[in-house]
Amino acid sequence: MKQSSVVDLLLLLLAIALLTTPAFSDLVLSKVERRIDVTSQIARVSKTLKVVNSGSESVSEFILTFPKFLGNNLAYLSVSHSEGKGKSKRTLVNLSVREADSKGIPDSISVYSVALPKPLSKGDTLTLEVVAAFTNVLQPFPEKITQGEIHLVMLQESAQYLSPYAVESQSLSIKLPNARIESYTKLENTKLQGSELKYGPYKNLQSYSYSPIVVHFESKAAFAVAENLVREIEVSHWGNVQVTENYNVVHRGAQLRGEFSRLDFQARPNPRGASAFRHLLARLPPRAHSIYYRDDIGNISTSEMQSDSKKTELLIEPRFPLFGGWKTFFTIGYGLPLSDFLFASEGKRFLNISFGSPILDLVTEKLIVQVVLPEGSKDISVTTPFAVKQSQEIKYSHLDIAGRPVVVLEKNNVVPDHNQHIQVYYKFSNINLLSEPLMLISGFFILFITCIIYTRADFSISKSSPTYLAKLQWDEVLATLQEVQSIIQKCLATHDKLEASLRDLSRTGDIQTCKAARKSTDSLLKDLSKELKPLLGFLQSSSLASHISPKVEELVAKEKELEEKLMAKHTTVVEGYEKKSSGRDIENRIASQQQKIITLRQEIEDLLEFIDEI
Amino acid sequence: MGGKSEPAKSESMATKPDLLITSFFSFKSLKLKTKQQELLLRISILGLVYILAFIARLFSVLRYESMIHEFDPYFNYRTTLFLTEKGFYEFWNWFDSESWYPLGRIIGGTLYPGLMVTAALIYWTLRFLRFFVHIREVCVLTAPFFASNTTLVAYFFGKELWDTGAGLVAAVLIAICPGYISRSVAGSYDNEAVAIFALLLTFYLFVKAVNTGSLAWALASAFGYFYMVSAWGGYVFIINLVPLYVLVLLITGRYSMRLYIAYNCMYILGMLLAMQIRFVGFQHVQSGEHMGAMGVFLLMQVFYFLDWVKYQLNDTKLFQTFLRITVTSAILVGGVAVGVGTASGYISPWTGRFYSLLDPTYAKDHIPIIASVSEHQPTAWSSFMFDYHILLFLFPAGLYFCFKRLTDATIFIVMYGLTSLYFAGVMVRLILVATPAVCLISAIAVSATIKNLTSLLRTKQKVSQTGSTKGAGSSKASSKVTLDQSQPFQKNGAIALLVGVFYLLSRYAIHCTWVTAEAYSSPSIVLAARGAHGNRIIFDDYREAYYWLRQNTATDAKIMSWWDYGYQITAMGNRTVIVDNNTWNNTHIATVGRAMSSYEDEAYDIMRSLDVNYVLVVFGGVTGYSSDDINKFLWMVRIGGGVFPVIKEPDYLVNGEFRVDKGASPKMLNCLMYKLCYYRFGELTTEYGKPPGYDRARGVEIGNKDIKLEHLEEAYTTSNWIVRIYRVKPPTNRL
Repeated sequence: MKQSSVVDLLLLLLAIALLTTPAFSDLVLSKVERRIDVTSQIARVSKTLKVVNSGSESVSEFILTFPKFLGNNLAYLSVSHSEGKGKSKRTLVNLSVREADSKGIPDSISVYSVALPKPLSKGDTLTLEVVAAFTNVLQPFPEKITQGEIHLVMLQESAQYLSPYAVESQSLSIKLPNARIESYTKLENTKLQGSELKYGPYKNLQSYSYSPIVVHFESKAAFAVAENLVREIEVSHWGNVQVTENYNVVHRGAQLRGEFSRLDFQARPNPRGASAFRHLLARLPPRAHSIYYRDDIGNISTSEMQSDSKKTELLIEPRFPLFGGWKTFFTIGYGLPLSDFLFASEGKRFLNISFGSPILDLVTEKLIVQVVLPEGSKDISVTTPFAVKQSQEIKYSHLDIAGRPVVVLEKNNVVPDHNQHIQVYYKFSNINLLSEPLMLISGFFILFITCIIYTRADFSISKSSPTYLAKLQWDEVLATLQEVQSIIQKCLATHDKLEASLRDLSRTGDIQTCKAARKSTDSLLKDLSKELKPLLGFLQSSSLASHISPKVEELVAKEKELEEKLMAKHTTVVEGYEKKSSGRDIENRIASQQQKIITLRQEIEDLLEFIDEI
Repeated sequence: MGGKSEPAKSESMATKPDLLITSFFSFKSLKLKTKQQELLLRISILGLVYILAFIARLFSVLRYESMIHEFDPYFNYRTTLFLTEKGFYEFWNWFDSESWYPLGRIIGGTLYPGLMVTAALIYWTLRFLRFFVHIREVCVLTAPFFASNTTLVAYFFGKELWDTGAGLVAAVLIAICPGYISRSVAGSYDNEAVAIFALLLTFYLFVKAVNTGSLAWALASAFGYFYMVSAWGGYVFIINLVPLYVLVLLITGRYSMRLYIAYNCMYILGMLLAMQIRFVGFQHVQSGEHMGAMGVFLLMQVFYFLDWVKYQLNDTKLFQTFLRITVTSAILVGGVAVGVGTASGYISPWTGRFYSLLDPTYAKDHIPIIASVSEHQPTAWSSFMFDYHILLFLFPAGLYFCFKRLTDATIFIVMYGLTSLYFAGVMVRLILVATPAVCLISAIAVSATIKNLTSLLRTKQKVSQTGSTKGAGSSKASSKVTLDQSQPFQKNGAIALLVGVFYLLSRYAIHCTWVTAEAYSSPSIVLAARGAHGNRIIFDDYREAYYWLRQNTATDAKIMSWWDYGYQITAMGNRTVIVDNNTWNNTHIATVGRAMSSYEDEAYDIMRSLDVNYVLVVFGGVTGYSSDDINKFLWMVRIGGGVFPVIKEPDYLVNGEFRVDKGASPKMLNCLMYKLCYYRFGELTTEYGKPPGYDRARGVEIGNKDIKLEHLEEAYTTSNWIVRIYRVKPPTNRL
């Protein structure tokens, strides 16, 4: 208790010094009720102050004071007063609060000035509701404990309300967690009811009254502090708001001394590991999707999620339980539907999203919120319910050219009370949405165009080199071969036509049409053989085609033979019909020809296939 | 692509207007030519195989997550991260003080940078194209990407060796071959991932150079070799196989100008390029492993010279004498040079690893640190079957086809297949090197068989077709058909064989998918087991422990552990380690082995001298995880004992048996490793119906349940006890 007694002594000296300073103004606090909640790691103080103007002049400013050791740890302060009469009509109106310079007030006191909604004239009364949250005021004591010891913390406050004004009646109640209470300062009118400690009421106190108290009690709350939290909120107009949060979490309670025994922790987790916390609960907005939880070295599989229409609850379990002084780093990310957060007003769009971390009871020492707007956003402005440091950056993401504008908001010492909505206003035209798909399309377009150009362009260095010439020639040979092939195919098709005409003849017996067909095919075949000639000549002359040309010649010869055989057959059949011979007779006559035709056709097809494979 | 070749042709013959018109006409009819159909088919098959090779390797990402696997990849990942953050020069000059404390390691001079540079280049290219991906994703997907590229190389190689059909089959076979997948799943970011691609590419380009005699191909193969050298120590295989191949060609009288150009260009340029890699440097001209290549190079010159002299002399008798003199003097000079070089130490002798390849028993007797690695064990038959499946039977068939059509190229693939298969038998991990050869040769077998069978079927079909067009009544036709059917069951036999081949191939595909999904996709950092109700249980203890180290120890803390975990601790825990998987300093590892196998107070002195702050052990007694430190302990004793004779293996054994229960030797029960693994384990009940302190990995009740630690204290134990970390206490004040 050495340290705390020193603090006590200092405070006593301070109080004596204070008592000598003159009264600040003519305001009098007729009734002060203070409630301090220390069930979590954050000390939440809520006060109801009844202010009376006992002086002659009207007053428009009210001074709030805290001892410096508390004031330095003040994370959140809001003052409101209720308007309207009657309980049902009461609405709370926030008043503006600013840190004031302490003129005439000692340095050991932090001063805040509240602007009253309207000047308080003589004799008027006003009720103010003050809510303040302090971090780091619950000091672990002892500072180092072993795994099995319980976690004790200490709270220092004043039993009497520290104020520049005289207080007529005041009371204080401290809500402690439902656990062991090691000790507390006993003054007059001190009562301990269950887990609630009451001081007062004290009457007619002078201004700057101070009477230090110390409460030493067990805390089972998680002392989870994010030393650094970076929240990145990326707006995509394709329908998603992607939130990525990087946490550097540390357990700020009493530090672990000695060894950590897994056996004890597993077998008797309550006494042997009560000071550690295993879970953190994050309450995400409803309809959050694609949630992930990972760290530098990969996915962390220990987390659970529950969701309903009002909220999404994510239970995060770090890789290891966090004992006092242990740290961890992790990232959680989730997507949110754009329509829930993005609205339009007066030609501008605005993003309306919560500022702080979704994790319950987490104190953030340094919070950086980066709102990444789509590429091409303009006229960016931010409104926040409290003061934050603002700056702008550029971030490059997929397919960005100019980069995306990033609004960076920075705030120290953030508590869950700061989880209020901020608005980011910007202008963005929908045409910009198309830029990225267009970029992709043009990228692929260029790729294909270059491919097409590459295959068609001639990149050989020396146009007169023998290999190049040979290649050109070979290409020509191939082209010629293809021509030959197509002509032969055509010939075969004409043969088929001729056969068809014969079949027609056998069915209808119309000799004239059959003859006409014969005539037309004759001329066609003649034309084709004319076409074939120069090609054959070319193949024979080309040196590269020397091994092919015999085959081609064979093919052409075979085709000729086939043609002749067909003609002969045709003639025979037509003659047979003209002579009105019987069908069997004709068949017998052409049977040998038919046999040859089939084998020839087969051979031609084989040759064609062979040529095809070159 | 069908339309692509068509206009190209019409362009080349634009001088002939009539041809232009006809070709246009055929284009209009939209019927693709057989050639074009074939091209379209081939390209679409290749494209599908390319995609298949990639996605088959994504099982690990789907089953687990996008993460780096195993041990060495973590080092590669760490260095890649360094490279992308600090740039190439910093990387090249990097002295890493985080490993091998207090010696440190010159990273730039002791690694093969190919993999890291490749990944960094991909990363930078993607960033340039405005895809802002994380370097981890690039690293995870590097291996599948290169596996896909390997299938392309395999196609071209197969085409060069045999025909396009064989190339396609080879691409398909290698895309899903378990022997290759085992080292190239997503996340297995190891040197082998790109090295197999580089190896096959070099071989392909060299064969192409030999076939064409083109300087350009030889140059390309030299660059392929350079890439291989920069990526993996296995390049030694290339620089020995290629000269061996050249030698065989020389002996079989297949010497040609093409070979001369290909080999000389590839060797000289490849050597100069390889020497640019700092880790190789002058070894390439000085060490024994590279001498063969140089010898063959000189022999080649002698051959060329003799050829020239023969041409000049025109006199057989004179030439014979000249030949005798030259050969004798050349051999003499060579022998003297090698002798002098070795004696003066200019030529370094073969390394242990090389010896152990040629003589499988060498490592076991002389270098326990090589023998201790599981992937250096001789291969069991079952793992051949597991990794090759039907390829094991197709391989000899392919060899038969190769011998039937002996060319320069097939000689190469036969030699590659046979030598690599021998090495695969010596060491498990070298199955990987043999896989491409096995796939190629098997592909030749499959392709040739199918081609023969189908051509048989097709000729038959034609005959029957003609028979049918002719009409049923023709008696002459039927007589001709019977004439053709000289072998009566040929067609049916062919169909049956084809069905058999397709059945085998589909079994192969099923087997490969199963093996990939079940056996080769585990990252081994995260262990998965089936719970009592069939649910999946994940043991993520390694990362839990490493992350604890990263977050909750001093940034300059030194961690002592067995070398297996060194890379992981530096990469994931970001802490300094005493030894790691690089194993370049045997003495240092032996010191750690000695500390682990000594009594606590002796070990404490060693740890103090090494500035150790934490000791990490891996213990599977609670979960039944068998590859833990107790099971590796005998290797620590052996390696420690190899340098420090104080440590004697028999002290830890009882009648030659390794035990941890009551019957264990007293030294075993009280050595540091035992104490650290079983500290307070005796109070824990692991299995219902068994006494407390029942070790599930070894199935015994431990022998020493009352373990007191004097100089160390438990700092952290993971939730399933797999990793246990102890803090080394500072020395107590002297009284």
